[in-house]
Amino acid sequence: MSTQTPTTTEAAAPEPGEAATKKTLGIGFWVCIGWLLVMVFVAVFATRLPIPDPKFNFIEPGQAGPSKGPSTAHWFGTDKDARDVFARTMYGARVSLTVGFIAIVFGMFVGGTLGILAGFFRGWIDRIFSFMFLVLLSFPSLVLAIMLTALLDRKLFTISMILGVLAVAPVGRLARATTMQYAEREFVIAARSLGAKNKRIIVRELLPNVAIPMSALALLGMAVAIVAEGGLAFLGLSVERSITWGGMIQLGSDSSKTLQNQPWIAFFPIGVLFLTVFALNFAGDRVRTYFDVKETSL
Amino acid sequence: MAGSGTAHLRDGDIVMRVENLVMEFPVGRTGLKVHAVSGISFDVVRGETLGLVGESGCGKSTTGKAMMQIPRPTSGSIKLDGLELTTLGNEELRSARTKMQMIFQDPISSLNPRRIVRDSVREPLDVWGRGSKAEREALVDRVLESVGIDPQRAAESRPHQFSGGQCQRISIARALVLDPTLIICDEPVSALDVSVQAQVINLLEDLKKQYGLTLIFIAHDLAVVKNISDRVAVMYLGKMCEISPSDDLYARPAHPYTRVLIDSIPVPDPSAVLADATTIGEPGSPVTPPSGCRFHPRCQFADDICKSAEPILQDIGNGHFVACHHPLEVPVSIQSR
Amino acid sequence: MSELQTEMRQEHQPLLEVTDLRTHFRTERGLVRAVDGVSLTLERGKCLGIVGESGSGKTVLSRSLMGLLPSSNTVTSGSVKFEGKEILGLPSKQMRRLWGREMSMVFQNPMTSLNPLMKIGQQIAEPLNLHLDMSRADARATAERLLRDVRIPEATRRLDQYPHELSGGMRQRAMIAIALACGPTLLFADEPTTALDVTVQAQILQLIGEQRRDRNMSVVLVTHDLGVVAGHTDEIAVMYGGKLVEKAPTSVLFAHMKMPYTMSLMRSIPKLEDPSHTRLATIPGRPPDLVHPPKGCRFAPRCAYARDKCITEEPPLRQAEDPNHSYACWYPVGSPEFNQREAELNSGAVPVTLEAR
Repeated sequence: MSTQTPTTTEAAAPEPGEAATKKTLGIGFWVCIGWLLVMVFVAVFATRLPIPDPKFNFIEPGQAGPSKGPSTAHWFGTDKDARDVFARTMYGARVSLTVGFIAIVFGMFVGGTLGILAGFFRGWIDRIFSFMFLVLLSFPSLVLAIMLTALLDRKLFTISMILGVLAVAPVGRLARATTMQYAEREFVIAARSLGAKNKRIIVRELLPNVAIPMSALALLGMAVAIVAEGGLAFLGLSVERSITWGGMIQLGSDSSKTLQNQPWIAFFPIGVLFLTVFALNFAGDRVRTYFDVKETSL
Repeated sequence: MAGSGTAHLRDGDIVMRVENLVMEFPVGRTGLKVHAVSGISFDVVRGETLGLVGESGCGKSTTGKAMMQIPRPTSGSIKLDGLELTTLGNEELRSARTKMQMIFQDPISSLNPRRIVRDSVREPLDVWGRGSKAEREALVDRVLESVGIDPQRAAESRPHQFSGGQCQRISIARALVLDPTLIICDEPVSALDVSVQAQVINLLEDLKKQYGLTLIFIAHDLAVVKNISDRVAVMYLGKMCEISPSDDLYARPAHPYTRVLIDSIPVPDPSAVLADATTIGEPGSPVTPPSGCRFHPRCQFADDICKSAEPILQDIGNGHFVACHHPLEVPVSIQSR
Repeated sequence: MSELQTEMRQEHQPLLEVTDLRTHFRTERGLVRAVDGVSLTLERGKCLGIVGESGSGKTVLSRSLMGLLPSSNTVTSGSVKFEGKEILGLPSKQMRRLWGREMSMVFQNPMTSLNPLMKIGQQIAEPLNLHLDMSRADARATAERLLRDVRIPEATRRLDQYPHELSGGMRQRAMIAIALACGPTLLFADEPTTALDVTVQAQILQLIGEQRRDRNMSVVLVTHDLGVVAGHTDEIAVMYGGKLVEKAPTSVLFAHMKMPYTMSLMRSIPKLEDPSHTRLATIPGRPPDLVHPPKGCRFAPRCAYARDKCITEEPPLRQAEDPNHSYACWYPVGSPEFNQREAELNSGAVPVTLEAR
């Protein structure tokens, strides 16, 4: 009955916790990912796909009005300039996804770095960064974005960066809080006591733990950025001379008459925007619960 | 108690010597201070196990971390193998720390939940770039086997797939790979079932022989501390009450506080007469510690001198030291329990 | 006369009567038999200790008795009678009438089981308001008296403090005050002292004992430490692998343990009387997987005294010399087979070969 015997018996016994962790992401997650992949595919290859030219005016002789409802020729109908709504929706994915992606990558990188440093080193670094986050959060974000677009230009990259700046504070705060929570755990003290330097502790011990809630937030954040871009576009302040979902919705809802008589102009971009944002939110939520292993024993 | 003094320090092959250690922390922005440790001294001879025992808030864990310089002490001296740690630069300290390792109370939180446990155990070797890759892996295998964990399983699993006792074994393995001189165990068994606790204690005893370790064992349960330690130091509110060879401490506890700790241990015998626990009370605040002997508000033998003068550790023979104005004379027999 | 008779019948009727209780959880891995056929009774005013390692099912048992398990993936069967009434499977709406007033629970971690944003006084007064329909002033006065009962100094001041302002021991006392607020007849204490210092543990255990006697309340004390139950219980039930493996009045159990498991638990406790560096007895391995429990005796794979029969045939719960003492073992402590193996183990003639199983 010595202590050294357990190895053999323990190895033989099946693990109570082991199989229980074989969680699945669920079919809903994969449906959402599928939708997002389709959108990305469409955005990337829009020019090569057999879809009509989104800027071409399909005016036929002897037509009453330029806008027509969905038909086999124009699946989502045409807008008031007789342009194909389906084609425009597909091309719109380019701007929306690009803006969402760049914005959140920037937000994650800057916010994540600042947040982790603040949470790890505490002290004056924390005070400065936390104050920065607070200032950023205190501005009404849409007003800030409008001001910046007015000050700067309205190129795709600029708009993306402006929305990225807005993502810095929420991301940073989450990263800071998560880092603090883990930095107090004994495994971090243990790493330090065995001689690991700060950089190694941050990269090896903290980052993998902070990355999970961050990645969930990234998906949600991308959704928020896409909606925000839509908002800017609706106000006519998004990327100039390009097709965006927000701009299309604005065009389709400039008056209640348009909404009533030609609902398809606004409905399809809204629908696609909704599905994309929903897919991002849903996937983000699933990712968070999936990786939430903690101590999942019965 | 509330004792200071260094009369109990010894000569010889000392691995760790702590002198007049003071640890204070500010309380928020109130200007107040937590007097976590207020001038304690002790030493550990090579191959010895020193037990540090006391209630939560007595400063025993703070002392353990102070030895690792996490954080650095407010004042006092900490010498590892004769090397003064408190004045070392960061880089020197980093390499000095490898000679002492720490094991913590919460076995789950001691391991990175997202890392394969084998990587966690190999981490110290990677940090210091010791040996070739193959040598590292072989060493990790050997150490894991010596703590009773299957290296194969460790290579496939994360901490939550192991039980608490197994996680504690893995933490011990991680502490061992750098071949340290001293291991500081901070309540390593308090979170475990008694049956698992016994396994871990036996394991520590075996490893101590196998690796020629010196141990500092921090706990609140005297029965556990007595079993594993050669010498036991009893702490109360940041001060040392009593320090003695462990069998002598139990044979004749001289400090009233030690007596309280002994009486509190649950005895697995229904016929034992239970001491009245209502008089035990709770520790005072380390922010505003009592004057004189810090134990006096809870001590049934306290008088005026205990309120005004701090007792100094004095020799009562047999390597047994006590810091009390009115040490218990008669050895209160343990058999009566 | 008839009143007296009913009263007398109530005296003889056990407060809690559990028959063949099974609590199983449906998981992706299969059915987890956390509690697998447990029967026991608890008299009014008595204290029952439920002892076992983590994973023995002791916590699930106490929660099943209280009806505190999530219903979505739980399958329960058997019978739990409280004051003669079946309560197993009652909808939580009806259980809620029992919780607090008839039965309440003290948990292991006093920090997480108290609401950090609510003052201690409010937390105690809440059940009083809810169940006893007390006015606010009355509830506050009662709360103060309860805090005194659980020996919290400066009770009046503590009413307006938040949990974080109290020490660990004080928080656990406050938890007990909340549990006692509506005068329950049955108190469950699930590892109430595991997170606490030994000094505080001694005080809390004494406090629970005092309150039990003062209120003629029954207590179920769940713990992994035989030392804790020894001085504070009337009867002990030892659980292993979801089953009751030994049950006896406390003094009988400690005097004549039958299960090698109980004995091993006992031997693994470090004793003050022993010289330092006394080697502790351990139980190798770990508790069984409750999805695929061992076929014979569930403890056999870890038992140094097990023989072939133990591995193939499950031992029934049978009576010992004392009629109140029952155990489930083929070769109990003191049997010739046990003694023979014990002698072999002590002489070192037979190495313990657990690998073979």
